[in-house]
Amino acid sequence: MPIAQEPTLTFNSGAAAGPSVTAVGTWQVHALAQGEAMKAISAKLKSLKGKSDLAWDLSEVDSMDHIGAQLFWNAWGKKRPKSLTLSPRLEEFFRRLEQVGPLAMQPQRKQRLNSVMMLGFGVMTFFEHLQGFITLLGQVTLDGVRFLRKPMRGPWREISANIFHAGFQALGITALVGFLIGVVLSYLSAQQLRAFGGDVFLVNLLGMSVIRELGPLLAAILVAGRSGSAITAQLGVMRVTEELDAMLVMGISHGFRLVLPKVVALAISMPLLVIWTDTMALIGGMASALVELNLSPQYFLLKLPDAVPLANYMIGLLKGAVFGVLIALLSCHFGLRIKPNTESLGRGTTTSVVTAITVVILADAVFAIVFSGVGFR
Amino acid sequence: MIDTTTSDCGCPEGDGVLTLDGSVPVVEITNLWTMFGRTVIHQNLNLKIEQGEIMSIVGGSGSGKTTLLRQMLGLEQPSRGCVRIFGEDISQVDSDALQQLRNHWGMLFQQGALYSALTVFENIAQPMCELKKLPPELIRDAVLLKMNMVGLGPEHANKMPSDLSGGMVKRVALARALALEPQLLFLDEPTAGLDPDRSESFVALIKSLHRELGLTVVMVTHDLDTLFALSTRIAVLAEKHVVALGTTQELLKVEHPFVKEFFLGDRGRRALEALGIPNDSKEQT
Repeated sequence: MPIAQEPTLTFNSGAAAGPSVTAVGTWQVHALAQGEAMKAISAKLKSLKGKSDLAWDLSEVDSMDHIGAQLFWNAWGKKRPKSLTLSPRLEEFFRRLEQVGPLAMQPQRKQRLNSVMMLGFGVMTFFEHLQGFITLLGQVTLDGVRFLRKPMRGPWREISANIFHAGFQALGITALVGFLIGVVLSYLSAQQLRAFGGDVFLVNLLGMSVIRELGPLLAAILVAGRSGSAITAQLGVMRVTEELDAMLVMGISHGFRLVLPKVVALAISMPLLVIWTDTMALIGGMASALVELNLSPQYFLLKLPDAVPLANYMIGLLKGAVFGVLIALLSCHFGLRIKPNTESLGRGTTTSVVTAITVVILADAVFAIVFSGVGFR
Repeated sequence: MIDTTTSDCGCPEGDGVLTLDGSVPVVEITNLWTMFGRTVIHQNLNLKIEQGEIMSIVGGSGSGKTTLLRQMLGLEQPSRGCVRIFGEDISQVDSDALQQLRNHWGMLFQQGALYSALTVFENIAQPMCELKKLPPELIRDAVLLKMNMVGLGPEHANKMPSDLSGGMVKRVALARALALEPQLLFLDEPTAGLDPDRSESFVALIKSLHRELGLTVVMVTHDLDTLFALSTRIAVLAEKHVVALGTTQELLKVEHPFVKEFFLGDRGRRALEALGIPNDSKEQT
């Protein structure tokens, strides 16, 4: 689509007054960016670089902008050539360039870190986060005490909204994932158990692993992905839009109105989600057992209380509550540290989810050690 | 109920090529309707902006000024009617021509809309880098020149947008809007959030750039000082269309109640006095 005349340079070595260069066409950024124009001009200018006493004729140029002018200016070594023919219209561009003079950018200070310094930085950041997290934990504890003292003035509305978002709205996805994991686990275990003739132990295997371990962990990972990221992003955007500052100015504490409701809501809804996920996984397992081993659901349900002592169920619920609190605290911690720019928002959300899932699994390992003697017979 | 069945706005077919020589109006809005649900914002709105003008669009809150600006930029579609920029209907033009069109206009958003992850330098260089044709040294020099034009020294080049003051954000955003030497510049509340001193120097800056680059400027503003100081023509949006259009002098004579209130209220009077524009309509009732 020709909206401009192609800018071209012609080198004329045989002119009477010595070698000269003639420029024609539209020397505007849009014309320069069209097709291969820029490449041709760059090559031409490169070949002219060494020659200093050229006569430049720009009188044929039909229009120009600052970028075109800059191109000439750079080719001239940032000064006016001795011989220059210019129409008065273009004069202004070069006058400005002359006026402005050389503009140099300060070189960006690059941080050169060797591996030892990187390690140091990493450790320092870790402790910084740890300190921040402990501060937040202390703040939440104090806010919790304040809440218990005057429960009527607590953030009930926020708590209920958070239970709805983090708990109720997660029912679908936890049910689906729980059911499928139950099916898969039961199917694979049944294959192995049949080889040893231990079909009936499927209930023990499935019940123990789902109720004690997989149910809480699955629910926690899903909630960390769903609600953890949402909490971090929400707080981050509130930082970007200065809502957090507005709350402080009005004397509304972040801890009491933002962090505490989320912690309480997840502490309440996570155990409930664990029950729900357990149920769904066991239903999946029962279905698979019925198909694969012809194990009736009645038998399965009758056998379950014998196979899995109640303590396991309690441990599962406790795990759920602890995981919920951890997820809420970590996502709030990262959310409140987000700086008001898009990159920090993205990075903060990623870090928050990754850390929350890692910490949940670590906590799970701690539970396994602490309760190693409980719930088995 | 408003009849919205006819769709032909009766304007000439474009030829798919931008007309940049000023032979057609730079912006031409014909019989434009905007409806959000059943709320009518614009009703049969017509507006022509010629090359080299500084056209200001004013109107009360909710009169659809910003919506109109967004429709000119193709960010929103009008319900009916058409918006032509450089003679091309922007809702019909093919993607190549649209890209070309976008390289020929610049927009200064109210909050600057700088890319917060990029430095000042990278923000201004972005449109030039996007062309993928210009050599890096040329881009560097051109960016520094643009920064110089808007009154920013090279020492600010490596700063992040979050480290800038409000006035500087506007300047960087203006430099970015001007990066590709557009013929058409859109300004949304250019002086909102600037102190009077800054806003005056910003007005002077836009004025000098307008003179130097021969820009056509379309501006939405609430600030009467800016309005009177900059605009060559003013369009007043009220009652869902343009109720008055003309120079400041002409608008002072318009008998429409909104226009009278807007320009000859206390605020308007003060701004006019400050600028020394003779106000020959009746003083003080």
